[in-house]
Amino acid sequence: MWGFLKRPVVVTADINLSLVALTGMGLLSRLWRLTYPRAVVFDEVYYGQYISFYMKQIFFLDDSGPPFGHMVLALGGYLGGFDGNFLWNRIGAEYSSNVPVWSLRLLPALAGALSVPMAYQIVLELHFSHCAAMGAALLMLIENALITQSRLMLLESVLIFFNLLAVLSYLKFFNCQKHSPFSLSWWFWLTLTGVACSCAVGIKYMGVFTYVLVLGVAAVHAWHLIGDQTLSNVGADVQCCMRPACMGQMRMSQGVCVFCHLLARAVALLVIPVVLYLLFFYVHLILVFRSGPHDQIMSSAFQASLEGGLARITQGQPLEVAFGSQVTLRNVFGKPVPCWLHSHQDTYPMIYENGRGSSHQQQVTCYPFKDVNNWWIVKDPRRHQLVVSSPPRPVRHGDMVQLVHGMTTRSLNTHDVAAPLSPHSQEVSCYIDYNISMPAQNLWRLEIVNRGSDTDVWKSILSEVRFVHVNTSAVLKLSGAHLPDWGYRQLEIVGEKLSRGYHGSTVWNVEEHRYGASQEQRERERELHSPAQVDVTRNLSFMARFSELQWRMLALRSDDSEHKYSSSPLEWVTLDTNIAYWLHPRTSAQIHLLGNIVIWVSGSLALAIYALLSLWYLLRRRRNVHDLPQDAWLRWVLAGALCAGGWAVNYLPFFLMEKTLFLYHYLPALTFQILLLPVVLQHISDHLCRSQLQRSVFSALVVAWYSSACHVSNTLRPLTYGDKSLSPHELKALRWKDSWDILIRKH
Amino acid sequence: MPPATGGGLAESELRPRRGRCGPQAARAAGRDVAAEAVARSPKRPAWGSRRFEAAGWWALLALVTLLSFATRFHRLDEPPHICWDETHFGKMGSYYINRTFFFDVHPPLGKMLIGLAGYLSGYDGTFLFQKPGDKYEHHSYMGMRGFCAFLGSWLVPFAYLTVLDLSKSLSAALLTAALLTFDTGCLTLSQYILLDPILMFFIMAAMLSMVKYNSCADRPFSAPWWFWLSLTGVSLAGALGVKFVGLFIILQVGLNTIADLWYLFGDLSLSLVTVGKHLTARVLCLIVLPLALYTATFAVHFMVLSKSGPGDGFFSSAFQARLSGNNLHNASIPEHLAYGSVITVKNLRMAIGYLHSHRHLYPEGIGARQQQVTTYLHKDYNNLWIIKKHNTNSDPLDPSFPVEFVRHGDIIRLEHKETSRNLHSHYHEAPMTRKHYQVTGYGINGTGDSNDFWRIEVVNRKFGNRIKVLRSRIRFIHLVTGCVLGSSGKVLPKWGWEQLEVTCTPYLKETLNSIWNVEDHINPKLPNISLDVLQPSFPEILLESHMVMIRGNSGLKPKDNEFTSKPWHWPINYQGLRFSGVNDTDFRVYLLGNPVVWWLNLLSIALYLLSGSIIAVAMQRGARLPAEVAGLSQVLLRGGGQVLLGWTLHYFPFFLMGRVLYFHHYFPAMLFSSMLTGILWDTLLRLCAWGLASWPLARGIHVAGILSLLLGTAYSFYLFHPLAYGMVGPLAQDPQSPMAGLRWLDSWDF
Repeated sequence: MWGFLKRPVVVTADINLSLVALTGMGLLSRLWRLTYPRAVVFDEVYYGQYISFYMKQIFFLDDSGPPFGHMVLALGGYLGGFDGNFLWNRIGAEYSSNVPVWSLRLLPALAGALSVPMAYQIVLELHFSHCAAMGAALLMLIENALITQSRLMLLESVLIFFNLLAVLSYLKFFNCQKHSPFSLSWWFWLTLTGVACSCAVGIKYMGVFTYVLVLGVAAVHAWHLIGDQTLSNVGADVQCCMRPACMGQMRMSQGVCVFCHLLARAVALLVIPVVLYLLFFYVHLILVFRSGPHDQIMSSAFQASLEGGLARITQGQPLEVAFGSQVTLRNVFGKPVPCWLHSHQDTYPMIYENGRGSSHQQQVTCYPFKDVNNWWIVKDPRRHQLVVSSPPRPVRHGDMVQLVHGMTTRSLNTHDVAAPLSPHSQEVSCYIDYNISMPAQNLWRLEIVNRGSDTDVWKSILSEVRFVHVNTSAVLKLSGAHLPDWGYRQLEIVGEKLSRGYHGSTVWNVEEHRYGASQEQRERERELHSPAQVDVTRNLSFMARFSELQWRMLALRSDDSEHKYSSSPLEWVTLDTNIAYWLHPRTSAQIHLLGNIVIWVSGSLALAIYALLSLWYLLRRRRNVHDLPQDAWLRWVLAGALCAGGWAVNYLPFFLMEKTLFLYHYLPALTFQILLLPVVLQHISDHLCRSQLQRSVFSALVVAWYSSACHVSNTLRPLTYGDKSLSPHELKALRWKDSWDILIRKH
Repeated sequence: MPPATGGGLAESELRPRRGRCGPQAARAAGRDVAAEAVARSPKRPAWGSRRFEAAGWWALLALVTLLSFATRFHRLDEPPHICWDETHFGKMGSYYINRTFFFDVHPPLGKMLIGLAGYLSGYDGTFLFQKPGDKYEHHSYMGMRGFCAFLGSWLVPFAYLTVLDLSKSLSAALLTAALLTFDTGCLTLSQYILLDPILMFFIMAAMLSMVKYNSCADRPFSAPWWFWLSLTGVSLAGALGVKFVGLFIILQVGLNTIADLWYLFGDLSLSLVTVGKHLTARVLCLIVLPLALYTATFAVHFMVLSKSGPGDGFFSSAFQARLSGNNLHNASIPEHLAYGSVITVKNLRMAIGYLHSHRHLYPEGIGARQQQVTTYLHKDYNNLWIIKKHNTNSDPLDPSFPVEFVRHGDIIRLEHKETSRNLHSHYHEAPMTRKHYQVTGYGINGTGDSNDFWRIEVVNRKFGNRIKVLRSRIRFIHLVTGCVLGSSGKVLPKWGWEQLEVTCTPYLKETLNSIWNVEDHINPKLPNISLDVLQPSFPEILLESHMVMIRGNSGLKPKDNEFTSKPWHWPINYQGLRFSGVNDTDFRVYLLGNPVVWWLNLLSIALYLLSGSIIAVAMQRGARLPAEVAGLSQVLLRGGGQVLLGWTLHYFPFFLMGRVLYFHHYFPAMLFSSMLTGILWDTLLRLCAWGLASWPLARGIHVAGILSLLLGTAYSFYLFHPLAYGMVGPLAQDPQSPMAGLRWLDSWDF
């Protein structure tokens, strides 16, 4: 047992110095003067707000991506001890001393720096040479656009990091598969693939593209596996696969069942990502639990689950709506703005501007602010009282109700009169008896849309209800149009005659609720003015909150705003556009998102060469001419599937998108192009150069090309780091393309 | 892909069945089937004679066709009023007869055919087609409806033949034919003056001829091969000529052709020259021929529609000069813009109109209180502007001055003729688009300030540095702020007379909103030329009309608070479309798929995916399938795969579309889905029968299964036929209604 004393303790470590050097250079290029400029740069103004929300734990809603990305940035803020107190209102604003700029920008910068050695690893794992791998990494290192994007508090570099990690770990896993399936490292890389994919998706929805790519490649490999006749179907050794003890034997016998392989892949690549994705939202909802400025967009039930805000008001109100209840009714759809059913003293104008007539009865609108005029009393048509009897009689699905407006005691009514702005629908009013043989039609049948099978009671906040007019079977609906000045620009409410299916604009829920107790109108008005009381808490399940949040994020459509620096995908490939990120307040030092044009152009060229060569080889192989040895061909195909494929999936979908696009959306595609470049170069050198002389000439050309790329990178450096103020003349000299927008101060 | 044959063995087994299975199943399709036919059939001896078999084959086809025609033409004249979109397409047919120019988002072939049918049947184009529900009265509408029903009736035999070719099984083909004949949706859609029957006719024709030419693959360059190949091309042109949905079938044929060529290319027994011939034949028939035909339809379209009409405003000024009755037609105006010219300036985007100003100021609180500048769609003397040099106010029309042409890059001033105010912009936000600058009329009698100076630029200078009326595309760049004159297309409130907003946009992106052209041009010092010289060439017209169509299509956006049909509603038959009538006293027609057919289709897709993947995995695992099963699997994977591809291509792209979608967009996909159902159930039942071969009644399983499917479909048609043929009386909630108890989903409103 003292055996270890007999021999010296030896630690053998393989250190790939080039990897270390690459990492070091990556860190240097990305972390150098990270806190400069100490001002809000471009989209930091946007991400910064959300970091502040995290620091203050206030709920927010953002349509740009799932919460993991924001949480990564917020982690930086947390590590730096940021208190969230900064007004993110203007690009170029100086950071105050409480903002830990360095740690806020640290994580994206680290992600950007680590992408460099990862590019090296990926090309190695594709079984290309060390030189090619170095080439890929060095190109990543000097690409100006990637440097700019990683040195700021932005998410693209983190996304690129996880994209590359997913591809790298899949390759490692795939290479393990050949010699040691179900080994520890096999499991590790497989799981890491799934984790990296879901992190990429969690950063930005764009990550889905890479996820789909990895899934596609994995599916093709799995299909080959199914075709592998040496593997058993569902062998007797199903349990054996799972037990590490017999891993060794299995490697020998190759007796692993196909089913185990497929199951492992399905769990790692499908189940884990979904679970992780949910976990991001879970953590997000735990972190931001206070009510905030975006509450209004969410449903009442969701709002009630946040601390403060609506919860403070609704806390303690009775759950079941009874006859005599006083309620406010919120429209579930809430578009164009969330609003409550409202009425006020004013009547519809006798004659509208376009000459149509109205009933001249009291207006009913939808009002986007809390107001005492939003209160309605649920009245039993058969009784006269407006208070809750004791015990309360709850209202159920299918019951006939009248809705009496609290402040004016007029009841909600609709009739065969055209609505002010939607002439195909009925006007909704609060009934005034003018004695002109227009009888009141104020009976509504209550339909609870989401009633459970066991209960059909109308519950405040939780129940989504529709009001169907008894006489005309019209449905109470928010039309979405704004009334003109006579209606104080509030939203129009109509009775929709042809109600087709479920639509949120016809569905309402009770938000504030209390049991009315005052018989007299005067007293009742006082009661309506006083805040609600009593106590019940209700919590939404996580899945309900998740699905609502996710759905709202996807449905939130920011109005298509033009942006000075927006661009179209076609301009990206040739780098016809740039984005000015920041300009020094006094000097002309400036930061641009501007790529290294040599790399961009040669990347696109390499892609074209790859496509043409592949087509050529494919056609020749089809005619049974094999130009490449089988293993070289397989390498070529796999490299193309991942790199050219990665470019395609990260680029082409943008042509279908209608949102505002920016140059930085191209960066993930660009990284895949950069990976492809050395692959193509090595292929040309290995297989297309016939003689040693040609090969040497080609290498010299490559070196010359790379030095020119370095030179361009260095020339553009002042625009990347923004550290040097250039003269107008120098700036003009840098404007190599007319379409580049480089800021020149007029003196 | 090898030629789609249904596996040799299955075929040899199935062939004799043709004669036997046919008549009896066809009778089943007809109506109430005599029960004894079921009992008798397995024992009936096979007819040996080949001639007899062929006769049976033809008889069955005739029966299917006849039944299809009978159902489509039954009560075709009802209701005798405009139903649903007839109001559009009937109207467009009338436009062709009257030769007035109009604009529609679809290519012209479908409407041209409708117009032709109307013309031939004696419709004179005088009916107004104002709104759904208007009575036709003495106008002849049956010709147009009959034409659509005629094309719609061919869908069933086409599907029948396609499935027969793909599966080599009569029972599969019969099942498909029954599903389509008895689908109330297909029936309804075929009975009115709509584009859909025409579109589906061409789609199915293309599919059928593609399948036929695939099965001729063993006899390349033979007469039938050429026939089917070129027929495919013709049908593709037809499909694309009716609606852009035709692109999906083009995609399918394209994929099939690529696979086909790939297969031929890998066949080392063929020389490269032969492969080249194959390639050329396909390029000729599937690319050149359709393109030529498609272009020809547009040529006819522009030739027929020579009179000015409601579509003028959607097109550029140069285009309008072609139309007789338009004020630009046969007009003669000076060709190049010179200082002192009086002009109207039109925005290049459709439905924006002319740059306009009038004696009204922007209201208090909206930018500076200066004169409004808007765009206005109608011709008006307030659209006239005088183009002047920026630095002099002298009258350039003074005969003592020489004529000076305006050139690209000149600094100019635009003076409003009626009010003598200059076009002006400044750093105030525009009334609606807050990020842009306000544009006003400023100055007195042409004297203003430096904010009135604009640089005139010609976009891509095709016609040199001078500015040509109608043809030159120009931009106005504001000299002080560097912004571009444009129209946002937003409607101003009442104070702006609901004309459109004009802004100066600081974003220098080249969009059509900020590009203008000169339309009217008055300059007494210049010689007038006839506008005919400036008329665009045919390729230019073709391109322009496509741009306008595409923009029109993407302009059809759904509104937020409206209920809109979503693609996922369609396969589950979630909701139909009201063709006619609302109340219980009306004659009501409701476009809704026969739920039995549609839900069977839905189930079949799921079953197909399941069984298809089981078979595929089994084959990949190297399982040795018995010969018969292997043959059937081939049918399922090859034939079924082709049809499934068709369904996918005609359905899933709709998920990506931003425009308003309707239920009837699903029908082309539904045709493919029904063909899949036919193939799937026939194959599954045969597999079932094979699996239970030891059981004495095994063979009967297949027959009984197919028969019960046919009968079930026919019975469901009996139940739901009032949807298509029209219902009168109370709505379905009422027990008195003919549809009582059939409203299986709450979302159906009949």
